[in-house]
Amino acid sequence: MSFETLVFYFLATILLFAAFRVVTARHPVHAALFLVLSFFTGAGLWMLLEAEFLAITLVLVYIGAVMVLFLFVVMMLNLNIEKMRAGFWSNLPLAAFVGLLMAIEMVLVLTVAGRTIGGDPTRHAAGYSNTKELGLLIYTDYVYPFEIAAVILLVAIIAAIAITLRRRVGTKHQDPSWQVSVKRKDRVRMVSMPAEVTTAGMSSLPPDAQKEGE
Amino acid sequence: MTDTIALLQGFFGFSWPVVSNLAKIFAIIVPLLLGVAYLTYAERKIIGYMQVRIGPNRVGPKGWLQPIADGLKLFMKEIVIPAGASKGVFLLAPLLALGPALAAWAVVPFGPELMVANIDASLLYVMAITSMGVYGIVLAGWASNSKYSFLGGMRAAAQIVSYELAMGFALVGVLLAAQSLNLVEIVNGQQGGMFNWYWLPLFPLFIVYLIAGVAETNRAPFDVVEGESEIVGFHVEYSGFAFAIFFLAEYANMILVATMTSLLFLGGWNPPVDVAPFTWIPGFFWLFAKACFILFLFLWFRATFPRYRYDQIMRLGWKVFIPVTLVWLMVVATAMQTPYGYLFH
Amino acid sequence: MNKIKSFFSTFLLIELLKGMALTGRYMFARKITVQFPEERTPMSPRFRGLHAQRRYPNGEERCIACKLCEAACPALAITIESAQREDGTRRTTRYDIDLTKCIFCGYCEEACPVDAIVETRVFDYHGEKRGDLYYTKDMLLAVGDKHEAQIARDRAADAKYR
Repeated sequence: MSFETLVFYFLATILLFAAFRVVTARHPVHAALFLVLSFFTGAGLWMLLEAEFLAITLVLVYIGAVMVLFLFVVMMLNLNIEKMRAGFWSNLPLAAFVGLLMAIEMVLVLTVAGRTIGGDPTRHAAGYSNTKELGLLIYTDYVYPFEIAAVILLVAIIAAIAITLRRRVGTKHQDPSWQVSVKRKDRVRMVSMPAEVTTAGMSSLPPDAQKEGE
Repeated sequence: MTDTIALLQGFFGFSWPVVSNLAKIFAIIVPLLLGVAYLTYAERKIIGYMQVRIGPNRVGPKGWLQPIADGLKLFMKEIVIPAGASKGVFLLAPLLALGPALAAWAVVPFGPELMVANIDASLLYVMAITSMGVYGIVLAGWASNSKYSFLGGMRAAAQIVSYELAMGFALVGVLLAAQSLNLVEIVNGQQGGMFNWYWLPLFPLFIVYLIAGVAETNRAPFDVVEGESEIVGFHVEYSGFAFAIFFLAEYANMILVATMTSLLFLGGWNPPVDVAPFTWIPGFFWLFAKACFILFLFLWFRATFPRYRYDQIMRLGWKVFIPVTLVWLMVVATAMQTPYGYLFH
Repeated sequence: MNKIKSFFSTFLLIELLKGMALTGRYMFARKITVQFPEERTPMSPRFRGLHAQRRYPNGEERCIACKLCEAACPALAITIESAQREDGTRRTTRYDIDLTKCIFCGYCEEACPVDAIVETRVFDYHGEKRGDLYYTKDMLLAVGDKHEAQIARDRAADAKYR
């Protein structure tokens, strides 16, 4: 057993454990954390396959962005754990059946059709960059599917913004760019006033000037 | 040198890869932690000087032992775990904050050959690893079982996630210019004096990256986590060494951002002028000097600017930085296709 | 035109650079820190620090247990009990000041007809237990004995304004 196989089984054990805990964890936040762990271990497995671009993207997108937002939602909503777990045992047979079916399908895909998509991945030389290969493939052979996917995502973004955008009246809304553009002369008027008023008895001033001072 | 390595290899035999990698890790972590300690000292001194004070000068000669004393003090203190806190997550959170801050250093090159691992997509790796740092903050806020730390954690996390976008876009500009994801190649693409460094053709991106880096590490003027006037931060419930680890993570992240800025925009280990007296100085020194300059800017910002309001932070990230980076990316990408593309390489 | 000008001054970070120039300049300014235990700032003779009980030059304590200070104290920090001594004079048997209650207003000093209770220039004292800051008559007299020369000089300097 080579070192690599050892690492594979190590990661696979963690992955299976984490995935199991995602479903069985009592607290939704803990479940989300185990999901993060399973993503991370999955990225490790991909790294083992020398698919470093995919592995890093998995970490960047799923762990770094998606799961953070997911965690936000899970933490903000005060989920009722008891209520959520109510139907656990009654739904278990159906869920187990679906899961088993998926597992069988995966085994079939990997063993029967394994000659084409599974099998041993070809080892590449040290200078081989699969980031570059992936980029070439996406922007040549698969450019239309890629662009269409991008447009669909853009539409989804715009739709989400359009749904949540409400013009509410009467809110105490602040406009920072307007606040920033305010100049001193709009707000303050500098007035020049003598600090000391001349009083009687100061001989340096003529008498009529003294009267004005008073 | 090679003889010594061969000798050590013979001594450790089968376990050599483990030993050599551990040695490399220590060779980075120990100077980094020392750097963190003395960055806090430098911060207190520099901000003190800018406020017409003289800063710490009591512990040891000129106050040089102050960070050690601070560390010892925090180490001796009790770690209080709040009632009703999720204990495991509460203790895990500081480690989740520190881990990414240290792990990212695995691919940071200190010279053309001087690094732990030269992986192909190292820039992407740094981004991916640093994006995980936000977990420490979110979980610390949540696990403390306190409304204040929870709100503080949510704010800090939202801020970090938002500024990551602007930072990522700024990096895309560097990728366009260098046409590589490898940090060594990016630095090698900037050879030949300070006007070949990417700060000049990518100036808006450089500024955005710098400011987003300040926001990303929750430093002033974006330090709402520490802003007791608005809200207390995610680490209010932390004390003793657990707090010290958050502190370490913040400063390690600062050093990381400073080093990345100098690698990506300031030519890394390349000397500013490519003539004789400057090229004699080893490249590591130049990288160190540039990182120190960026760190000095961080401290300078803190001594100068008042804290941003939270909605202003979000507005700046989403409505100013992202459009600016997008526009400049378009400019760079378009110019690449014209005969003037060489200006951006 | 103004809009364009403000747009550019915002995007070129002019004001931020101005601010940084200011702090950068102050970095090289002369530092005004007073290195406390070695250097001290000048102090007024009217400084209101730690309390002290004074004695007459012959060693007799000044306090006559009139309790005016106790009445004047807004923080109720002073506790006095008195009795007649063998020679027929009234003296305190107990004179306590709880420094954790004291607000250092100086009313006790003003109320005193014989300049017995005074506030000295001492301000850097501490207590390690709660009870350490509960000053009894003996402690107050000890403070007075220690700083008598300074106290007398301060009274003399301030005498013409009273």
